[in-house]
Amino acid sequence: MSYLSTDRVEHHFHDVVIIGAGGAGMRCALQLADAGHKVAVVSKVLPTRSHTVAAQGGINASLGNVSSDHWHWHMYDTVKGSDYLGDQDAIEYMCRAAPLLVRELEHQGVPFSRLDDGKIYQRAFGGQSRGFGNDGQASRTCAAADRTGHAILHSMFQQNLRAGTHFYQEYFALDLITDEEGCHGVMAWDIAKGEYHLFQAKAVILATGGAGRVFKMTTNAYICTGDGGALAVDAGLPLEDMEFFQFHPTGIAGEGQLMSEAVRGEGGYLLNSEGERFMERYAPTAKDLASRDVVSRAIALEIRQGRGCGPNKDHVLLKLDHLGEELILSKLPNIHDLALRFAGRDCTKEPIPVQPTAHYTMGGIPTNRFGEVVYSEGENKDMVFPGLFAIGEAACVSVHGANRLGGNSLLEIVVFGRACGNQVMKRLKKHRYYPPLDTDCWQSGVKRVERWLESGKSNQDGPRLADARDRMQSIMQEHFSVYRTEETMLEGVELIERLAAELDSARIDDSCRYFNSELIEAMELENLMVQARLTAAGALARTESRGAHARDDYSERDDEAWLKHTLASIKDGTVQLDYKPVRLQPMTVDSFPPKKRVY
Amino acid sequence: MPETIKLSIFRYDPESGEKPFMQAYEVPMLKDGMKLLDALNHIKWELDGTLTYRRSCREGVCGSDGLNINGVNGLACITPIAGLKQPVHVRPLPSMPVIRDLVVDMDHFFDQYRQIQPWLQTETPTHEHERLQTPQDRDKLDGSYECILCGCCTTSCPSWWWNGDRFLGPAALLQANRWIIDSRDEATGKRLDRLEDVFRLYRCHQIMNCLEACPMKLNPTAAIANIKRQLVARKT
Repeated sequence: MSYLSTDRVEHHFHDVVIIGAGGAGMRCALQLADAGHKVAVVSKVLPTRSHTVAAQGGINASLGNVSSDHWHWHMYDTVKGSDYLGDQDAIEYMCRAAPLLVRELEHQGVPFSRLDDGKIYQRAFGGQSRGFGNDGQASRTCAAADRTGHAILHSMFQQNLRAGTHFYQEYFALDLITDEEGCHGVMAWDIAKGEYHLFQAKAVILATGGAGRVFKMTTNAYICTGDGGALAVDAGLPLEDMEFFQFHPTGIAGEGQLMSEAVRGEGGYLLNSEGERFMERYAPTAKDLASRDVVSRAIALEIRQGRGCGPNKDHVLLKLDHLGEELILSKLPNIHDLALRFAGRDCTKEPIPVQPTAHYTMGGIPTNRFGEVVYSEGENKDMVFPGLFAIGEAACVSVHGANRLGGNSLLEIVVFGRACGNQVMKRLKKHRYYPPLDTDCWQSGVKRVERWLESGKSNQDGPRLADARDRMQSIMQEHFSVYRTEETMLEGVELIERLAAELDSARIDDSCRYFNSELIEAMELENLMVQARLTAAGALARTESRGAHARDDYSERDDEAWLKHTLASIKDGTVQLDYKPVRLQPMTVDSFPPKKRVY
Repeated sequence: MPETIKLSIFRYDPESGEKPFMQAYEVPMLKDGMKLLDALNHIKWELDGTLTYRRSCREGVCGSDGLNINGVNGLACITPIAGLKQPVHVRPLPSMPVIRDLVVDMDHFFDQYRQIQPWLQTETPTHEHERLQTPQDRDKLDGSYECILCGCCTTSCPSWWWNGDRFLGPAALLQANRWIIDSRDEATGKRLDRLEDVFRLYRCHQIMNCLEACPMKLNPTAAIANIKRQLVARKT
């Protein structure tokens, strides 16, 4: 029994608690567990169910196994890809560390595909060049066939089994324990047993992934509900750049499953209803391997101009049959299976119907390049919130800025998972003891669950959970998609705010305490709604087009007014927007100043 | 295409203390190529929020939704409704402790995975660069590394039903073989030592249910046969 003012909550003590068991959380856990620290990984799903497992194409590193390469070129491509909204110190750090970290993954057992000389296989990917854009396409993306995320996540899990990391699996994070001194732990709900747990720790790491499920059509798993971001906002912290959601050019039309960029990297291309390889018009040099935002906009325009395919003219075709069955089955076996299962197409014989599909949350919890969560206080825009860290898709470092390059997300999770682990170790040296907590600190976490369990009785006239979620996803899909305008977004903000208010009266059917997955869906919807509100508000305010945020009414990038990060938070129930400058100064090299982006 | 789909789904509510039962549901055929998971979601979201099952990626790569579907194990998210005899009988994976409805306790399954020490083990110093591996040696891992730990194979194995406490089962043994055949791994001898046991390995009697059950079309039986061959080979 602990000193808390209740017996309902089991009180745990760990050096570090990591929320999320995807690649970032697992890599960070490994760093800390190998150094002998007591690490708890709290995940709402079983190990290997996290969404890293679905990453396909690969991980970028300038190994130069196929053609000469340099981390500085990788950095240039990443800055350009970000539409200059990426923080260049963090980007330099990531691109410099990439070769070391990818080789380390190999040493940890990742079954990378191989070149004839035995080195790691690397393929071409979008937005990747040599010689600062002057010497053609780079082959920088290291791959395990088209199952690279699966290979990396399983290897990370295996290494954590070796290292003896504690897994609290199927535990849902309810509430961060914070005070003026910082973050001290997290309240969680054991889903299977229906019991409360308080994890006290000297460092709390949010590694909860993206929030792609705010949209109706997404490549993301059901579990991608931005849980960490919502916890941070609830603790009074802002989220950064949430208006930048990546639409992947090639999700299966009408379904959403990802068709990796590796398809185009291996030589596939897009066709419109006239059989034209239209990317040649939009990106004369890079063509189908232009940056994702560029390709998604091109597809949207083709469809808008009536050159979409199918009876509703609502998609384009991804052709790869010319690559031959042997290459497809050896390098893209998963794509072959997915297309067969979800599009009913044998891609060795016919093209796959695809459309831009919500894919990646560039925004997230603001951090510096050590993974420390930062916020603004007066003039200081980079105040560290002690004890709280964020990594991976949940975080906004920002290495992706306004548009992420393919192959940089798997890289981000290992680079910043490790960097964060190292920074946490420094903190652990200074903070050796657990501070006493407010004995009532468990209350809001418990309230959050109990309210839903009673909602079937107390909110009998309220909206059903699934209806509310459906409406949120439709609003976001219709009002904040690939192309945005003032008019649609104004309406969208209004609708989403109204819906968010309605959520208080929503209800679920299930009041059982054991493995209540409807309860989890309800709390996931609460989390999603926070990100939807911040995404909507940030998008409406940003009167320019940059990266994934494309507006018909402000079609140009405006560096004078908008070369800055959005910081959106919720104060007294209303969304508030603030801004902070982009860190244009890299660690050691010269800055890449903004220039026109041409592919 | 029939307009509605009839399902009969295993229900168990641990709170009520009542015996498990099969509940009938009817859902509309929502689209061409509709999967079993779409039907379960439709029930949960539109008809009965208490129906409980696991799901995550909905594309056959995370391994969450292994179920027993008309008597055969498979993943709900990649099982088309169209080919299934109706009513579709949906049960939890066999021989596992049921937590609620279609959700089973996977702890023992994951523990057996841990027991085979599924990580790369080497003694030689790590290079500055990656370990080299020929494409031919890498190809040997195809058919093993893709395992998603869904449990469909292991829970379809009669030997594991009887001796699951000591027989490692097809999933763990497939992974044991994955590290034995990885040209980079240097612990083959130790791995074989740990497996050489009448229960851990030799309870496999080539019943081959695992082969039928695997949604990734992997072949644990062949992997187990390879381990046995290696054990024989090192004696001669």
